[in-house]
Formats: sequence, structure tokens, C-alpha cells
Amino acid sequence: MSNIVSALNQKTYADGIAEVREIGLQGMITLRGDTASTAVKSAATDVAGVDMPAPNQVNCVDQRGICWMSPDELLVLCPYETVADNLAKMRKSLDGAHALSVDVSDARAVFDLSGPHAREALAKLVPVDLSPDVFKEGMFRRSRMAQVPAAFWLHAPDTFRIITFRSQAQYAFDLLKVAVQPGSEVGFF
Amino acid sequence: MLILTCPCCGVTGEETEFHAGGEAHLKRHGPGSTADQFEEYLFMRENPKGVHFERWRHVYGCGKWFHAARSTTTLEVYGTYAAQTHEPPKDLRDTISKKVPGWTWREFQ
Repeated sequence: MSNIVSALNQKTYADGIAEVREIGLQGMITLRGDTASTAVKSAATDVAGVDMPAPNQVNCVDQRGICWMSPDELLVLCPYETVADNLAKMRKSLDGAHALSVDVSDARAVFDLSGPHAREALAKLVPVDLSPDVFKEGMFRRSRMAQVPAAFWLHAPDTFRIITFRSQAQYAFDLLKVAVQPGSEVGFF
Repeated sequence: MLILTCPCCGVTGEETEFHAGGEAHLKRHGPGSTADQFEEYLFMRENPKGVHFERWRHVYGCGKWFHAARSTTTLEVYGTYAAQTHEPPKDLRDTISKKVPGWTWREFQ
């Protein structure tokens, strides 16, 4: 059996004003369909074990969660090893419903940006108001990080979890590394 | 810099998070239409100084298309509305009329 690794195999940079870490393997299932329908909602919540989030919100506990991606798309998070089972379960419960589910775990890279300066480090890269009064825990935002698409949320106080495409993992890591370089505190928030 | 609010997901973002998709409400005439109508669909565009209607896509966000009304001179965005329509909604046209009395754009005013 080949050894399955994530894009950067948990590469970490801890010498800056915030810590950048690729979190390793994370199971992800894209679920498209009418997010208002009970079938789609329960398919997502049964697998993730969390409540359905409101629009532009996320419910995430450890490796399990649901991200609201768009009016007809959810990203269901679960441990990597359980994706195949969960996908089968999801497809069974969605039998007959107009919905689509697919495993995208290996198409993405996930980063944690943590530390007291995480907020201002990320604010250097995204065109989003990240002030503590506006961007709070529970909020989920798809945007761009410099030149690549990224989705992020506050996974814990002072910890952002960021999802990018796997092919852009090295770019995203390098970008975050520059944003957290020593001595680059802004002190805005 | 334009600040647009996506009517599909409700996110307000600046223009680099979106992608412009050209003029709004173009009519593609069906079978049996004339060469002039086809020419109009392909090439004839408004080039207004002031009120303009455009298609935009929330490309780095929810990925949905929508319409936006804005001013080409002040870059003020009067409003955004769903893509699934053939004309700007009445309340948006009224809002624009309050700010720009007497505006016209193609057959709308």
C-alpha cells in the first residue's frame, strides 16, 4: 500500500509572528443540491455530526463539520479514513433526491494559522474585513488569498483554518510564511 | 474600486473578488431573426456616461452570476439583483431615479 500524504505533509513554520501549519489529511465531501431540502440537510448533518450552519457560516468540531459554500453547495468535513464510508452513507440517504456528492479530500490543502497575530497576518492577504467586531467565530468566508482562491473560518480563538486547492498548497504556504515573517506585526487590531 | 454585494450569498466584497461579465440584458433573437438583430446581439453595446447595467460573477465566492447597476463616472453601485430576470427591478430603477433624475439606458428609464 502506498503511504497517503497531504500536499505538504504537515509542513510547519513557527518562527514568525503566527504559526503556519498544514494540518495534514482532512476528509472533505462536496455536497451540491437544494440546501433548504430536508434530504440534503440530513445527509450532511448525519455524516458530520454537527448542526446545519446558517448561510455564510460554519459548524466545525475538530475534524468534523459543515461549511456553507454557496446557496446550493455544502462542504462536509470528516476524518480522512471515514470518507468512503460516509460517502456511501450519504449517497444512500440521498437516493432519489436531486443532489450530488463527491470526495474532494485529495483536491484540497488545509492550513492552520494560529497565534495572537493570526488575524492581522491573514488580513494582509485577503480583501475581507477581519476586525474582531466583524469577523467572528462561526463565520465562513470564501475569498481570495493574494492570487489564489481560499476559504477560511475561525476554528478556535486566534486560529484560522484555511482551505486552498492542493495544487496551490506550496504557493499558499509561502504566502502565509511571508505574511507572518518576524517583525511584521501591524498592530492594527 | 467597486464594492459589490452578491445577491445570491449576501457577501459584500470589493471588485477583485468578482469578475465582470459584460453588459446586462442582451437579447439573443431566436430562429428566423435578421442579420441586423444578430449583429446587434454580437456587437452593439451601450457606452454610457453615468448609469450602466452589467453582469458580474462572484468568482472567488459562491460562484454565482448576478446583475449590478452602477455609475461609470462615480463608480457608485446603485444595487445588485438576481441574474434570472430580463429587466432591472422596479424598486432599483426608482432608487436610481432619485439619485440621477432623467437617466435612460437602452429602453429603460
